[in-house]
Amino acid sequence: MAGMSAQKPADGQEQRARDMGMTTEALTGRTQQVFFEPSEEERFTYPWAADVDYNKRTEIDADGLTTTEVNKRLRDLMAEGFGTVVIQNPRGKHGLGVGILNRLNLIFEGSLGYFGVGLIDGPNVRITGRVGWSCAENMMAGTVVIEKNAGSTFGAAIRGGDLVCKGSVGSRTGIDMKGGTIIVGGDTGALSGFMMQRGRMVVCGNAGKNLGDSMYDGTIYVGGEIRSLGVDAVEAELTDLDRAWLTRKLRQYGLLPERGVDHFTKVVAGKQLWNYDNLEPNEKKLIL
Amino acid sequence: MCGIAGLIHRGKRSDVGSEMTAMLQALKHRGPDSTGFAVYGEPVEGDYVLRLKAAEQEDMGKGRGIDRIVDERIAEVERRMEERGAVIKARDRVRPHAVRYVLSHDGNTEALARYIEEVDGTEILSFGNGLELIKDLGDATRVADEYKLQGFQGTHGIGHTRMATESDVDIRSAHPYWAFPYNDVSVVHNGQITNYWNMRREMERRGHRFMSNCDSELLAVYTAHNLANGMTLEESLRRSIDEIDGVFTYLVATKDQLGMAKDTMAAKPLVLYESDDLIAMASEEVAIRAILPEEIDTVDPYDEEVRVWQA
Repeated sequence: MAGMSAQKPADGQEQRARDMGMTTEALTGRTQQVFFEPSEEERFTYPWAADVDYNKRTEIDADGLTTTEVNKRLRDLMAEGFGTVVIQNPRGKHGLGVGILNRLNLIFEGSLGYFGVGLIDGPNVRITGRVGWSCAENMMAGTVVIEKNAGSTFGAAIRGGDLVCKGSVGSRTGIDMKGGTIIVGGDTGALSGFMMQRGRMVVCGNAGKNLGDSMYDGTIYVGGEIRSLGVDAVEAELTDLDRAWLTRKLRQYGLLPERGVDHFTKVVAGKQLWNYDNLEPNEKKLIL
Repeated sequence: MCGIAGLIHRGKRSDVGSEMTAMLQALKHRGPDSTGFAVYGEPVEGDYVLRLKAAEQEDMGKGRGIDRIVDERIAEVERRMEERGAVIKARDRVRPHAVRYVLSHDGNTEALARYIEEVDGTEILSFGNGLELIKDLGDATRVADEYKLQGFQGTHGIGHTRMATESDVDIRSAHPYWAFPYNDVSVVHNGQITNYWNMRREMERRGHRFMSNCDSELLAVYTAHNLANGMTLEESLRRSIDEIDGVFTYLVATKDQLGMAKDTMAAKPLVLYESDDLIAMASEEVAIRAILPEEIDTVDPYDEEVRVWQA
């Protein structure tokens, strides 16, 4: 079972906060936040997660159901121990399959609308159609594979897992991503990787303008042309480790180009923006 | 937020009235304040369809003799039509405050339109050979029922569900906008135009009229201005990406074309479905699925993308 631990800022941080005139407040109310202790257990599951069996399979026909009804039925089935669920006729409905915090094989036979499979932690999802804006937003872990195209803000703020679109995606892919891997089989639009903080993004086709604008960290690999790099995004040398990782990941999802990965361009943060200077916050306030 | 939708059939006519209604009803959650349609039927050369409103919908419930006032306005409009040589072939009072005319007129349609709009409280919603422009408060089904849009046979159409953010909830601020005085051109828009006042002043200096304070009207006037100066629809759409600031995705329909343009940030959504005989687009795929429930391939157009399709 996962352990709970309170996060307390270090004394130095507290002191600096007080110096800047800020006050701190201990929140004593109920919270949904769960902090896992990696030392406790190898496989983490949420305390309320049902025990599911991947071999126990069922289907939901989403035709005529609302998003809420589909998601409620999905939760009920997981509580009954179903580990593989096929959802038929999703027909572009928004918000399907969100908030799944457990192991599950989830297959959508069709396309999803906005915010599909957002806020998930653990399931393996396959979507045979396309997805709308903000697919898998804030995903924590698991895999999501989309067979066709995806809309904008694909994988916004994801923290972990593999998010794969075999077609092309819209603009602002991986905006604010904090971990995990995004793989795009086709092209991506403008401002992809905007304010990216960690993780890896792979684009097998072309990338739009301002790629990696204001990225803090993380790595972007592009197989095609880059229309332009964003502020503080710079090209870096593709190392053997990069090649090995790219080959393994792309092969895993059937996206490895015939000519290999040597032609990929690697983009990282130049770390020259103002937020990388050594000024303390109170010194910065004086300058500004 | 607002929702926009459009479709064009290649080389055939269809019940675009019902199709657009289904698409816009699926987008109701993006904007419940008002709904508008611009649908294009078979153009009849020499005959014009003119749709006008003689009051705002909410004015009609206020009493104080508004029915009589509206009747007087409509009578004055018809007197002015006849004075300028227009022959009213058909007249349909589709709503207490809205009338549809079929006219024959040999003279200058812009001059006629300006003369009609001098009647207090009236606004021409559309004027052209093939365009029928309908807009009112309420969702798509309600507006389509009130204006008997279901079953309208045509080649293409665009539509809009509005969430009022920049201006009031009234018909004046509802989309689509007719590109006055350019016949048969209509525009729907999702977004915010940040250089609206500068561009509006520029257009007003050139003699164009604005009927609302809605920023989307600028796109209609801007398009009309460009087309009147000899640009093609595609050239006008491309130029707008450089000259119009803000975040926008907008659709323009002409007598036989449908075009789209997306701003430099690609900040406003559009999903596009393209086949040999039908092109459909909407803010969300769920609207396209309202008329095409089977599995289809759709794409998101990219930033600065401009497309034009021929009927």
